[in-house]
Amino acid sequence: MIYRESGQFKTSYQNDSVIFPIKQDRMFIFALLALAAFVVPMFASEYMLSGILIPFLVLSLAALGLNILTGYAGLLSLGSAAFMAVGAFATYNFLVRVPGMPLLLALVLGGLCAAAVGILFGLPSLRIKGFYLAAATLAAQFFVEWVLTKFSWFTNHSASGVISSPPLEVFGIALDTPVSKYLFTLAVVVVLALAAKNLVRSSTGRAWMAVRDMDVAAEVIGIPILKTKLLAFAISSFYFGIAGALYAFILLGTVDAQAFDLHRSFQILFMIIIGGVGSILGSFLGAAFIVLLPIVLNLLGQLLHGIVSTQFLSNLEMMIFGGLIIFFLIVEPLGLAKMWQITKEKLRLWPFPH
Amino acid sequence: MKHFALKSLTFAVAGLMAAGTALAAEQFIPIPSYRVGPYASGGAKYYGGMIDYINYVNMKEGGVGGVKLTYEECETEYKNDRGVECYERLKKKGEAGASAFNFMSTGITYATMDRAAADKIPLMTIGFGRADAKDGSVFPYVFPLVTSYWSQATAKIQFIGQRLGGMDKLKGKKIVNLYHGSAYGKETLPVLDAMAKKHGFELVNIEVPAPGTEQQSQWLEVRRQKPDFVILRSWGVMTPAAIKAAAKVGYPRDKIVAVWWGGSEEDVVPAGEAAKGYIAGAFAADGKNFPLIQEIEKTVYGAGKGNLSDKTAIGTVNYNRGIVGGIMMVEAIRVAQGKFGKKALNGDEVRWGLENLNLSQDRLKTLGVANMIPAVKTSCANHEGSGYTRFMQWDGKAWKPVSNWIAPDNAVLDPLIKASATKYAQEKNIKPRDCSKEQ
Repeated sequence: MIYRESGQFKTSYQNDSVIFPIKQDRMFIFALLALAAFVVPMFASEYMLSGILIPFLVLSLAALGLNILTGYAGLLSLGSAAFMAVGAFATYNFLVRVPGMPLLLALVLGGLCAAAVGILFGLPSLRIKGFYLAAATLAAQFFVEWVLTKFSWFTNHSASGVISSPPLEVFGIALDTPVSKYLFTLAVVVVLALAAKNLVRSSTGRAWMAVRDMDVAAEVIGIPILKTKLLAFAISSFYFGIAGALYAFILLGTVDAQAFDLHRSFQILFMIIIGGVGSILGSFLGAAFIVLLPIVLNLLGQLLHGIVSTQFLSNLEMMIFGGLIIFFLIVEPLGLAKMWQITKEKLRLWPFPH
Repeated sequence: MKHFALKSLTFAVAGLMAAGTALAAEQFIPIPSYRVGPYASGGAKYYGGMIDYINYVNMKEGGVGGVKLTYEECETEYKNDRGVECYERLKKKGEAGASAFNFMSTGITYATMDRAAADKIPLMTIGFGRADAKDGSVFPYVFPLVTSYWSQATAKIQFIGQRLGGMDKLKGKKIVNLYHGSAYGKETLPVLDAMAKKHGFELVNIEVPAPGTEQQSQWLEVRRQKPDFVILRSWGVMTPAAIKAAAKVGYPRDKIVAVWWGGSEEDVVPAGEAAKGYIAGAFAADGKNFPLIQEIEKTVYGAGKGNLSDKTAIGTVNYNRGIVGGIMMVEAIRVAQGKFGKKALNGDEVRWGLENLNLSQDRLKTLGVANMIPAVKTSCANHEGSGYTRFMQWDGKAWKPVSNWIAPDNAVLDPLIKASATKYAQEKNIKPRDCSKEQ
C-alpha cells in the first residue's frame, strides 16, 4: 500500500537505469534532502548542528571512502585515518601558503594529495591480499602520523604541532556560523555521495566488484588489475582527504596529527562493518550508529543523574554500546543496510507479505 | 477562627514560596569529565574533586552570594570530537549559560578555543596551555591559571640548577628531553631551546611515539648519551613505562624531572619499586592536611554526597587538583558578582571574574588551602596569575616536596609569548585588546 507500484512503467532505457527506480523512493529522497537543506537549518539548535549533524556528515563521508575501497573493491585497509590526515594537512598548507586560494580548490587539491599518497600505499595490493594488505596499510597509518608530527614544515612551524583553521569563506559567504558550516558540509557530502553511487554503478564499479569477488578471474577476462586497484585506492583516498579536511576545519577548527590515529581508522572500519559493507546507504547508517549512539546513550544516562553514580553511568554507556554492536551483528551480519533492504522488500509487498 | 487561621497560613506559605522562587537564581557550571578511557582514573578523581567542592560550597554557604551552584556532567572520553559535542551541549544550559569550561585536555581546549571566543565563554586551562594565552590581549577567553607548560619548563631547569648547586653549574651539562610524540609533547621545545642557549647546557630531544608504551630504544639512547638529568614530558601510560625502562637501563630515577601531568599516584604506583626517587612537578600540593579537605570529607562525605566511589582517593594529587579547579571557578564567580551583582552570571561576566582574581595566601588560608597553590593574581596582560611550580619526590608510599615555589623565568618567556601570540593574532585576523585601557 505504501509502495503502490502499479502504473509505474519504464518507457526508456534511461528511465530504467535511474538510481531510485520506484517513484516513492525518489520522492522520499527529495523530501529528505529538502528537509535537510531548508527545514533543519531554520529549526535545529546550534548543538544539533555542531554536535550531531556535522560530525555525522563528515564521518559518513569517510565511511563512504572506505566502503568504496573495502566494500566494493575488496581491498581491506586500516590506514583510513592516515589519508584523512594527509587531506587535512595538505588543505591547510594550500590555504595558508598560497595567498588567495579559494576554499573549494584547496579542498580538491588536498583530496588529490591524499589520493597520491593512497596510490603509493596501495601499490602492495598488487601482490598481497586480504588481511596481509591490512597490515601493509597499517604501515601507512603509523608512517603518516609520524611524518606529520616530526616535520614541523607541515604545521607551518607551530610550537605545539597543531594546525588551526584560517577564516573560511566560499563564494564570498563566510563559514563562521554553525548553519553556514552545516550547509557547506551537506552540499559537499551530497555531491560526493552522488558521485560515489554513480561510480559504483558504472563499469569502474563493476570492475571493482569483479576484483573483489575473484581477482584472478577478473584478470583472465581482461580487467586491468593494476589500474583498477590503484584507482580504488586513489578515489577512496580522495574521499578520505576531503573528509579529513572537513573534520579538521569545519568540525573541530584545530587539529593535531593524533586526531587521525589508529582509533579513528578502526572507528571508520567499524562504521562500514555495522552499516553494511558494499553499500552506499550502509556508510550513512553505520556512521549514524557509531557517532550518534554513544551521544544518545549519554543523554539517556543524564535522566538517571543523581540516582546512579556518573562513573558507573559512563562505563555502562560503553558496555551498552558494545552489547548493541554484538546484537546487531548477530541479528544481521550483513549490516544495517541489509536490514533496511529487507524492510523495504517487505514494505513493497505490504500488506500482502509472502 | 480555625478557618481564618488556615486561610492566612495558606496565603503566607504561597507568598513565601512565590518569593522563594523569585529569589532562587542558579549559576550553572559545566563538568566535561572523562571517566572512561586511558586517563579515566585521573579524570574521575579530578572531576570528583571539582564536584565535591561545588557541593561543599552549596552545603556550607548555600551557593555563592545566595546564588546556588548547579552542574551537569558530560562524558568526553578524552576525545576531541566528544569534547566539542559536550561543549555545544552544555554551553547554553542554566539561566545564563555555562560559567566556564575546564576540559583538562589540551586537545579539546584547542578544538573549542575559537568557538568559546565566539560564544563568549571562558576556558580554564589550569596548569597547561596554550602557554601563550598568558597574553590576555590576544586570548581574552583562555586562562592558563596558576602555571602553564612554558613556565613549568623554565622552573624545571631552575630546579635542576638548584640540584646542581647553582644556575652557573648548568654550563656544559647535558639534559635529555624525553617527550611524548604529540602536540602536547612538543609544546615545550622552543622554551627549552631558549633556556639551553641562555644557560649553556646541551639539550638533547628524544621523541617517544605516542602512546609511549614502548620506550626501550629511547632509554638505550639515553644511556648512550649519559645525561646529567632527564626531563620527562610524558602523559598517561608513557610515565610508568618510562620509569620502568629507566630502571631497566639503570638510569637513576632521582635524576628524572617530570612535568606535572606525569606526577600523580596513577603514574608511579604501576611502576612499583622502580619509581622510588622519581621527581615530578606540581602546581597543587597533595595530602589531607588541609582544613578544607578535612572539612569536605566530614561534611560532604558525611552526608553521603561525596562524588568519589573510593574515599581513600581523597587527598591524592588529582583530587586536590580538582579542588583547585573548583576553587578557581567559584572565586571567579564571587569576584564577578562583586561587579555585576548577585545574580546568575553569563560567560562574559565570569570571564571578567577570571581576569580579576586575587587569591592571596590570606584568602587561600580563609578557604582552608593555605600554601596548596601559590598566590594567584590575574589581569588582562597576565592570564596565568602566578606561574610558580613546585617539585615533589615519590618515596614509594607518598609524595614529599623537595623544593619551594619556583618562579618562572619571565626574561626568557615574555618575548616567546609575545611572538607566539602575535603570530596567532595575524593568522586569525584578531585585533589584540589594549590592556592599558581596561581596568
